[in-house]
Amino acid sequence: MDGMKGEVVKVSGPLVVASGLGGARMYEMVRVGELGLFGEIIEIKGNEYSIQTYEETEGIGPGQPVVRTGEPLSVELGPGLIRSIYDGIQRPLDTLARDFGEYIVRGTQRPALDRTKTWDFKPVAGVGDTVKGGDVLGTVQESALVIHSIMVPPGRSGTVRQIGPVTGNVDTRVAVIEGPEGTFDITMVQRWPVRDPRPAKRKIPPTQTMTTGQRIIDMFFPIAKGGTACVPGPFGSGKTVVQHQLAKWADAQIVVYVGCGERGNEMTDVLMEFPHLKDPASGQPLMERTVLIANTSNMPVAAREASVFTGISIAEYFRDMGYSVALMADSTSRWAEAMREISGRLEEMPGEEGYPAYLGSRIAGFYERAGSVICIGSDDRRGSVSIIGAVSPPGGDLSEPVVQTTLRVVKVYWGLDDKLAFARHFPAINWLTSYSLYQDIADTDSDSSIDGAWSTNRKRAMTILQKEAELDELVRLVGIDALSYEDRLLMQAAKIIREDFLHQNAFDDRDTYTSLHKQFRLLNLILRYYDEIRTGLADGATLDALLKLNVLEDISRAKLIPEDDPGRFSEIEADIVNSIRALIW
Amino acid sequence: MGNIIREYRTIKEIVGPLMLVDDVEGVTYGELADIKMEDGSVRRGRVLEVHGKKAMVQVFEGTRGLSPEEVKVKFLAKGMEFGMSVDMLGRVFDGSGRPIDDGPAIIPEKYLNVNGNQINPYARDYPNEFIQTGISTIDLLNTLVRGQKLPLFSGSGLPHSRIAAQIARQAAVLKTGEKFAVVFAAMGITFEEAEFFIADFRKTGAIERSVLFINLADDPPIERLTLPRMALTTAEFLAFEKDMHVLVILTDITNYCEALREISAARKEVPGRRGYPGYLYTDLSTIYERAGRIKGKNGSITQIPVLTMPEDDKTHPIPDLTGYITEGQIIILRTLHAQGIYPPVDVLPSLSRLKDKGIGAGKTREDHSDVMNQLYAAYAQGKNARELAVVLGESALTDEDILFVKFSDAFEDRFIRQGEYENRTIEESLRIGWELLGMLPKNLLKRVRDEFIEHYYPKSS
Ligand SMILES: Nc1ncnc2c1ncn2[C@@H]1O[C@H](COP(=O)(O)OP(=O)(O)OP(=O)(O)O)[C@@H](O)[C@H]1O
Ligand SMILES: [Mg+2]
Repeated sequence: MDGMKGEVVKVSGPLVVASGLGGARMYEMVRVGELGLFGEIIEIKGNEYSIQTYEETEGIGPGQPVVRTGEPLSVELGPGLIRSIYDGIQRPLDTLARDFGEYIVRGTQRPALDRTKTWDFKPVAGVGDTVKGGDVLGTVQESALVIHSIMVPPGRSGTVRQIGPVTGNVDTRVAVIEGPEGTFDITMVQRWPVRDPRPAKRKIPPTQTMTTGQRIIDMFFPIAKGGTACVPGPFGSGKTVVQHQLAKWADAQIVVYVGCGERGNEMTDVLMEFPHLKDPASGQPLMERTVLIANTSNMPVAAREASVFTGISIAEYFRDMGYSVALMADSTSRWAEAMREISGRLEEMPGEEGYPAYLGSRIAGFYERAGSVICIGSDDRRGSVSIIGAVSPPGGDLSEPVVQTTLRVVKVYWGLDDKLAFARHFPAINWLTSYSLYQDIADTDSDSSIDGAWSTNRKRAMTILQKEAELDELVRLVGIDALSYEDRLLMQAAKIIREDFLHQNAFDDRDTYTSLHKQFRLLNLILRYYDEIRTGLADGATLDALLKLNVLEDISRAKLIPEDDPGRFSEIEADIVNSIRALIW
Repeated sequence: MGNIIREYRTIKEIVGPLMLVDDVEGVTYGELADIKMEDGSVRRGRVLEVHGKKAMVQVFEGTRGLSPEEVKVKFLAKGMEFGMSVDMLGRVFDGSGRPIDDGPAIIPEKYLNVNGNQINPYARDYPNEFIQTGISTIDLLNTLVRGQKLPLFSGSGLPHSRIAAQIARQAAVLKTGEKFAVVFAAMGITFEEAEFFIADFRKTGAIERSVLFINLADDPPIERLTLPRMALTTAEFLAFEKDMHVLVILTDITNYCEALREISAARKEVPGRRGYPGYLYTDLSTIYERAGRIKGKNGSITQIPVLTMPEDDKTHPIPDLTGYITEGQIIILRTLHAQGIYPPVDVLPSLSRLKDKGIGAGKTREDHSDVMNQLYAAYAQGKNARELAVVLGESALTDEDILFVKFSDAFEDRFIRQGEYENRTIEESLRIGWELLGMLPKNLLKRVRDEFIEHYYPKSS
């Protein structure tokens, strides 16, 4: 290759321009300057190569060397991903902390997958099998929750010539395959260029709900496995808490959490909390299914731009094994801002609010990597990647470009409302403006697996909430006394739905997760109360008495009823009936 | 490359605070430069961009009086470094880090780059230790913890400086035998405000454990860009090398952002909202994220940035982007101030996001969380009722509403209001909280657990 080494011509913040790199390709990785900083070629104009550097460029100047690596920005995929914490370009932060101290030192690198760890490879394929890309050759027990499939890399095929149980680090050869272009070794690690989607045999429409244990989400605005959702909201409205809650309680098999340009302490929070939290399905620590990518706000912006691609590539890799994967990106606005900054330094023609004109296509391209797929490989296994992206609009203004372009591609919108957050109603998801296009899937799922009345209850409850909003305006103008008694009862029911169903405290051990069964019982209880007070009113009970029943205390505590005590709901229902009967006689 | 003396007279352009030097060699990004004038005086500059033989230099003290023909630029082959020593405690510096009190020169123990390095998120320790500021609205309702960044959102003419000074004076820690220091970074504040802080620190002896960096309103704006970084480098030195718990007060962030906007405009960058550069968020985060704790280190850095919101508008880019980075905010309210209430903290929209980690049995008191939630809810209800009365008239209020209105009046008068030199312990704040809750019948205190009501509810009023 010609021009493996060039030199720096210009430095402007994270942007370095180099010359003498003839033959280099777009998105090839280079090492910049005497320190060997990591960078990526993002523009080529004649002999000028624009490089976004993933590290601070202080001390870099014209004349310093730039060395090509011949490879695009890639991730290492193999056992050891789970429980890891990486920066935006997959440098292992735990190993870096161990070897270089508490600050991130420029130009340092350690392998993403720890070479000192050994794994037991158990073959699935046998000598003589013909295999192709995606076929599982064997497995490794990566963590208590994850069996890691060692697959033939996409695009390769041949006949297995050697394979057998072996123990070693990820570089250990586990199989030898004779392909059309010669024999090659298979180790436990693959590399993949992050900007390219990993191939699947075929995309299929999502058919399963992803349950999250969050009542407003599961009941009213559900997300599907393989679906996409966005969580926009002003600062402090609860985006990060929603993302953390999903990372904790969603019934995905693998979680990839990308902290993209947000706070360092929030990543620490996850690191400290997840090992102690138990997955509700398996009872194993949540960390056993989690991969963390942390590119905090003060870390270089170019690496932030790369972080979501690093994350999604890892997610797709687990999808290819047949897992359902959930990826959270907090926050995609910081990612878009990183693009804007680099674009500005390239002196590209700015689009709306200074964002590059390709903002929309980049955002769409990212969310398109979500989906439910038939994986490559002969067994037609299915896997999925769901993406949940937080959006942080300036001043909470939803008309800004990142929100608007995101809304064009995602199927679920959880709109966070600062008025609700302000009133400490959490999660502050606005039930009037949010939506989910996976509602049908969820209705079908839950009507058959939970209770036939699931979808009718949901619709009734939403109607009550919508009617409340209309009546509210009236009340603000003329006072509550102007409402009819029936409307007063509806207002009461709506209030209970809001305070005792929608409101969910993420920091209360008993409230943080609610199973679908319990969600159904809880909403059913509230609707039952509403039915009974309406009957009571018709039968002559006074409004005041109906609104002040003692049993309301029990209803408001019902969300704390333990999962294994469904009988308690029936008791409260009986109490409702009895206390209203007592009013009439 | 660093050995050759590189002095140039080839200044091609001067635009605002920027200077373009031509025919340079071996200059690197971020490198420091001395700009020598004919009269022998020297200004400091830093390379913002280098392209071939051209270097763009930002002049900290401003370019006023510079002439391309007369000045010489010498590149120093190093980045912005600042000499550190524990002797800096008790001293006052200007925006370039030169002592401006009458004390002796500082003999540095070591030199550190003011831009710092990013803390590896893996090496961070979660902030969870209570800091008692002696101010009830903070300690009880918006608890500050060590390693947190909690800004004051204020407006012009409001007493944020007095509140910041009070916090600095009173922020003691519950454990004894620990070392505590204050780093005070003043950016573009008035002489009077700066004097107020210095005098206050002197009077109370706090100056002995403080390092002050002062850039006044008429000092060069560009210095405001490095001043907070010098201050934070000092804080890191004291916290992580000298085991101190450091409280950093940064005031006024609005002036900092304006200086940044000035540079951005001079560079003809595409402006973002209200003319501020698109990278304002990232730039601010390189300041705010320098708060925190590190595993295995005894010290900590807690930040109280102060900013004045233009037109008291929380959606203005400066408070907005700050709110997106910090861990909550304390909002100062003009109407409370007008009512003569000090400190006029707007309790409802203020929030400390890390409060839950720093309160409760063993940290403050077992009933803290319940009392906080109950006071908050009751005050919110009282304020709502008060607003309702404005729209629909007093007669629209129920008996319960009237009770809550009374409660919220008393809450503002006895809980929010306190003396500027009144240093309340968390027990005192809790006691006042319970006294106020005593105005409400027990059955309305739904957020407090029964056992706490039994134990703490005032016996007879
Ligand atoms: N479900 C919840 N239960 C209880 N408290 C919550 C909940 N959601 C949010 N909160 C409260 O709101 C605060 C802010 O939430 P969060 O950090 O998620 O906001 P954010 O939208 O991510 O803000 P930013 O944009 O600044 O990162 C939390 O610290 C917590 O006090
Ligand atoms: Mg957040």
